[in-house]
Amino acid sequence: MIFLDMLARLGKATREWLAQIGYAVRSFFTILAVSGGLWRRPRLIIEQIHFIGNYSLVIIGVSGLFVGLVLGLQGYYTLNKYGAEQALGLLVALSLTRELGPVVTALLFAGRAGTSLTAEIGLMKAGEQLAAMEMMAVNPIQRVLAPRFWAGVIAMPILATIFSAVGVLGGYIVGVKLIGVDEGAFWSQMQSGVDVWADIANGVIKSIVFGVAVTFVALFQGYEAKATPEDVARATTRTVVISSLAVWWLDFLMTALMFNK
Amino acid sequence: MTNLVEIRDLQFGFAERSILSGLQMDFPRGKVVAVMGGSGSGKTTILRLIGGQLTPQAGSVVVDGQNVHQLDNRALYALRRKMGMLFQHGALFTDLTVFENVAFPLREHTDLPEELIRDLVLMKLHAVGLRNAAQLKPAEVSGGMARRVAVARAIALDPPLIMYDEPFAGLDPISKGVTANLIRKLNIALGSTSILVSHDVQESLLIADYVYFLSKGKIVAHGTPEQMRVSDDPFVRQFVNAEEDGPVPFHYPGNSLAADLGLGA
Repeated sequence: MIFLDMLARLGKATREWLAQIGYAVRSFFTILAVSGGLWRRPRLIIEQIHFIGNYSLVIIGVSGLFVGLVLGLQGYYTLNKYGAEQALGLLVALSLTRELGPVVTALLFAGRAGTSLTAEIGLMKAGEQLAAMEMMAVNPIQRVLAPRFWAGVIAMPILATIFSAVGVLGGYIVGVKLIGVDEGAFWSQMQSGVDVWADIANGVIKSIVFGVAVTFVALFQGYEAKATPEDVARATTRTVVISSLAVWWLDFLMTALMFNK
Repeated sequence: MTNLVEIRDLQFGFAERSILSGLQMDFPRGKVVAVMGGSGSGKTTILRLIGGQLTPQAGSVVVDGQNVHQLDNRALYALRRKMGMLFQHGALFTDLTVFENVAFPLREHTDLPEELIRDLVLMKLHAVGLRNAAQLKPAEVSGGMARRVAVARAIALDPPLIMYDEPFAGLDPISKGVTANLIRKLNIALGSTSILVSHDVQESLLIADYVYFLSKGKIVAHGTPEQMRVSDDPFVRQFVNAEEDGPVPFHYPGNSLAADLGLGA
């Protein structure tokens, strides 16, 4: 009897979870479906890119620099053991473009811009602003959610590129300027070892996918939050947890698919 | 058709909880109709059903000859352009200025040049007495002023139907009077039909042409304000005279005090 009860509860939970996933997927396609008309008003997207980019630029830049500094230091210690410190530039660049740039940017973006988006949409809902928009015959998904979604998708690879570029600079400062690794070797190894398509383009693709996932999670959580301060607060927490887990899972999946040779 | 809005046999509820049942209401063109009742009586739900934001379990809501709940999304949005709604707390867009808030529906639904939008917005703001507050943010104006900005936004497209959800709630007596006069004046100036949902007796009876009293999701009385003032209906009397006890009990229903204190059988 107890076993049957447990089984029933598990079945109910699974069914609810699947229904939620289905609802989220339907919402995702709704955003895509209403996005068509948005390209006639690019100003809405550009405004949001500006906001979202500004939210995250400082934290992305500072984090990128420190990740580059640490990477340069740790990379040098390890490479030095094998007398291969000239490959430091290559190690720093590959680590950043393939993995750290897209992944850390996405995690920082979720914590900074993602939570802002969730809180903004949640508070708009709590303040009946979205309902007011509907009553003004303006679709809030098209007017509010879709521009923010596309802004996030566009901003993410730009931010990831900035992160990686500043990170490389950090590696250069530590490796070349402070430790004394040969400058020519640092840059030439990087130039010859980093492939534009295999490494940089795949990193950009990763960050676009992360942009889709993180921005959608943030908007969905805000839009589905109950119109209470407690639930808006919970929704912002859910944004960070769900989008961080999504980033790790997607990163593993894409790394397995992209770098399997 | 003399009625802009007609509600017939309307039934609405959440899950097993019934909110409205068997509602029959008419809202004649050009009139101010007040829907009055206590908190939780289903007044705001009626506005949301008229606006198509909620779907009834049974019955119909006809606005300007169109059954709201049989329209597809496109037709519903087209119908909503004929409606203006004032939300209880204004629902102004907090990131936009007063001017931008009023300009919002004009920018979304028209291709008017910016100069004309500016003139129209200033005229609407002038009508609510806030032309000089155009560049302020919603956080910089008082609750009463925010409500008036929301009125200006609701009438931006000169809709034939304007719905007011608790326009007097939380306002000081002066703001209440200003808002009540504004609703009446706009109704005359725009020739629109106004639905006023409120529990403020004095202001509502002062400006309404017709009144519906709602209790527990049902119409318990209706008539002109004069008829309501002299009504013998116990609910209307309790409501109009603000009596503590009556058909709406003072105590939340449940066990008696004696039973809870173990004093009786």
